[in-house]
Amino acid sequence: MADVTLIIDGREVQVEPGTTILKAAGQVGVRIPTLCYHPDLEPYGGCRLCIVKVEGMRGMPPACITQVAEGMQVTTEDEEILETRRMVLRLLLADHPSDCLSCRANLDCELQKLAHELGVREHGMIPIEREGTVDESNPVFVRDMNRCVLCARCVKTCSEILGLHAIDFIGRGHRTEVGPFLGGEIAKSICESCGECVVHCPTGALYYRDVPPQVEREVKVICPYCGTGCGILLGVRKDKIVSARGDRQNPVNRGNLCVKGRFGSYQYVNDEKRLTRPLIRKEGELIESTWDEALGLVARKFGQYQGDAFAAFSSAKVANEDNYLLQKLTRVVQRSNNIDHCARL
Amino acid sequence: MTNSIECFSKAEVILVIGSNTTENHPVIANRIRRAVNRGTKLLLFDPRDIPLTRQAILWCRQKPGTDVALINGLMHVIVREGLADMDFVEKRTEGYEELRSTVAKYTPRMVSKITGVSEKDIIQAARIYASGKPASIAYAMGITQHTTVTDNVKSLANLAMLCGNMGVEGGGVNPLRGQNNVQGACDVGALPNVYPGYQKVVDPIARDKFEKAWDIELNANNGLTITEMLDAAESGRVKVLYIMGENPMLSDPDSTHVEKSLKACEFLVVQDIFLTETAKLADVVLPASSYAERDGTFTNTERRVQLSHRVIDPLPGTKPDWEIICELSNRLGYPMRYESVSEITDEIAKVTPQYGGILYERLEKGEQLCWPCPLPNHPGTPILHQDKFTRGLGKFHALDFIPPAELPDVKYPMILTTGRVLQHFHTGTMTRKSKGLEALAPSPFVEVNPKDAQKLGVEDGDWVKVSSRRGSIELTAKVDDKVGVGVIFIPFHYHEAVVNTLTNPALDPIAKIPEYKVCAARLETTA
Repeated sequence: MADVTLIIDGREVQVEPGTTILKAAGQVGVRIPTLCYHPDLEPYGGCRLCIVKVEGMRGMPPACITQVAEGMQVTTEDEEILETRRMVLRLLLADHPSDCLSCRANLDCELQKLAHELGVREHGMIPIEREGTVDESNPVFVRDMNRCVLCARCVKTCSEILGLHAIDFIGRGHRTEVGPFLGGEIAKSICESCGECVVHCPTGALYYRDVPPQVEREVKVICPYCGTGCGILLGVRKDKIVSARGDRQNPVNRGNLCVKGRFGSYQYVNDEKRLTRPLIRKEGELIESTWDEALGLVARKFGQYQGDAFAAFSSAKVANEDNYLLQKLTRVVQRSNNIDHCARL
Repeated sequence: MTNSIECFSKAEVILVIGSNTTENHPVIANRIRRAVNRGTKLLLFDPRDIPLTRQAILWCRQKPGTDVALINGLMHVIVREGLADMDFVEKRTEGYEELRSTVAKYTPRMVSKITGVSEKDIIQAARIYASGKPASIAYAMGITQHTTVTDNVKSLANLAMLCGNMGVEGGGVNPLRGQNNVQGACDVGALPNVYPGYQKVVDPIARDKFEKAWDIELNANNGLTITEMLDAAESGRVKVLYIMGENPMLSDPDSTHVEKSLKACEFLVVQDIFLTETAKLADVVLPASSYAERDGTFTNTERRVQLSHRVIDPLPGTKPDWEIICELSNRLGYPMRYESVSEITDEIAKVTPQYGGILYERLEKGEQLCWPCPLPNHPGTPILHQDKFTRGLGKFHALDFIPPAELPDVKYPMILTTGRVLQHFHTGTMTRKSKGLEALAPSPFVEVNPKDAQKLGVEDGDWVKVSSRRGSIELTAKVDDKVGVGVIFIPFHYHEAVVNTLTNPALDPIAKIPEYKVCAARLETTA
């Protein structure tokens, strides 16, 4: 199909039919503020922060769900649009706690950033008290509904990305919040604790119990658990691994992780029970030794028992290179084909 | 997997059998659930009421260990109702007549008696599988951990071929492999009967090739599998055992026998990152670096080779596995001098035809390669058997049902089946170090059906004893209709209650896989 031509802020843009105004604007570098929109999710049009003006169209349509049309003339920002966005934001802030400093999402909060971007310092409304649910039943994350802006990103993450539908909106009007079916604790629901909703939450409504410190760098690894082979970015601070998040560029998981990958893929690396010295059994006890002594002893014994008296268990947990070398050592040096690993187990 | 993970998104029907995908391969389960939300039909066979039953259009609870009968039953209906893809059968396969005459015996009535699945459901399941194209089959340890694994897997291949679902996007027979490099370990030759690339040890041409590549004369006899090595250690034929990164004390069947075998070794070396239950028995323990402390390639369940990078330096005092092996080899007079992991990766490419084009440099550039990838400019092969099967024509195997090795009797009246929970992995040495995961799933349990519990006078949370012919353990009862009547389930992550004390080491005669999924057991109160 032929591209659609439209004008955004006076600039001509050509995009595929079906593209939204938000995406078309993005293609020419025009930023439109959003809150409920997330590139991983189907557009929702809930927050009304991305409103724009379209020549000849009544009102201000949200850019995230309005599709382009031939010859459309779009204005993404003027004083009226800005003032409307500020009002939308003030209404959101009216029942939102203002204690940013004590919030886990401080400086990493999209609501806070929007307030800064749009120049909103005070909401100017009569504050409305909320008595939202604070669900601490899950050991890996907390749900504080007082900080929820009802953007639906978590709900849509659980249904669209995970296909699980563990949570949805419950209650009505001002008492609306997000929770598991029929309410109750998240730990007692079908939730799988993968934490994907926390990743997609724009505010401090959902947060990890262990909030990682800011990382210095991130490195790509492959998850050490099942055979799916998800890509993980491990974050490092002061030579210690402190965080894990899904690698969005990995074609296997596209950023998605399960509870083990997200909350258990690096903790054991730092565990104090890690072995750090070779051990040699002396008079029945395993005694700390040196690499030289241990390797010398092992080599001596291996030298004595070549052929079928030697056997090795390789591992489905180590890399191809380790497996290759162990089978090579077994066959070439030890002259034995007694090499296997837990594929059968 | 014959197909890629992406292929689940393209299937009209997905048959999941013997895989608790949600708990064991959660990210693949997400793909399956998303497909279901878009209209893909999920057909599920599992003895337990696993989470995927919520997404299934039809869930059948077969008795553990009756899969061959079940699949024969489906094929019976497909043949009888003319739902087979006869064009595919004629052009791409052989052995159809034998298959047809064998499955003719497996009427829904007979299969229902063996499997406990109703006749109506068997007929319905066959129609659902045959109704959509492409149809994908996913399976895991529920199919393989049986004394009839070879037959089970061949049966699934029969079913896929019968409906023309091989070599097509969205179809295939797809084992979901349980560990992050179980595919790679097999591919690069960590097996007793094949060199890297599945080139047979007993084939003189293959042997000659490796003798030239490694410049040494090689042992011409097949080696022993793990379970055979343990037997050989006990009988004194194997005297030295070198264990790298495994914990057979918890993971292998019949733990008492495992312990005896390991103790019988004259010299046991264990290389690991923790002092595991197995390492505690060693004569020498070598501290390895973890995966995050070195580079390495891992091959996932869809044959995709991926590079995992070093995140931090090796923990002081530890060495990467490959370096330890090199140092040993050097001391033993066969120099292994590799400057870096990449040199080993490229040596694997040289001797492994399927990996011929999988060079470190390509992986580092971010290229995504599924083997077979024979040449440096080859894009890889996400879908196998597209125009022809590796052997030419696809062979149907006419197979009869054989019951599991150990069935319930008066003394041990229940079927014990084992597996994993969502939050833990294998013997728990890694996952149980995470505070969060440990809090989510802190302790062992035995799942027992409410009807059985009532009969035995057991209540939810009671401390109970579970025994088999090989031993007994004590743990908490979880009264739950996830398991059927007469079946109990215990996860194998917990050293506090090692379920492999109970499991049966009986092996499949070809694959040598033990029957973790079925043994006879007894549950009783401890009071």
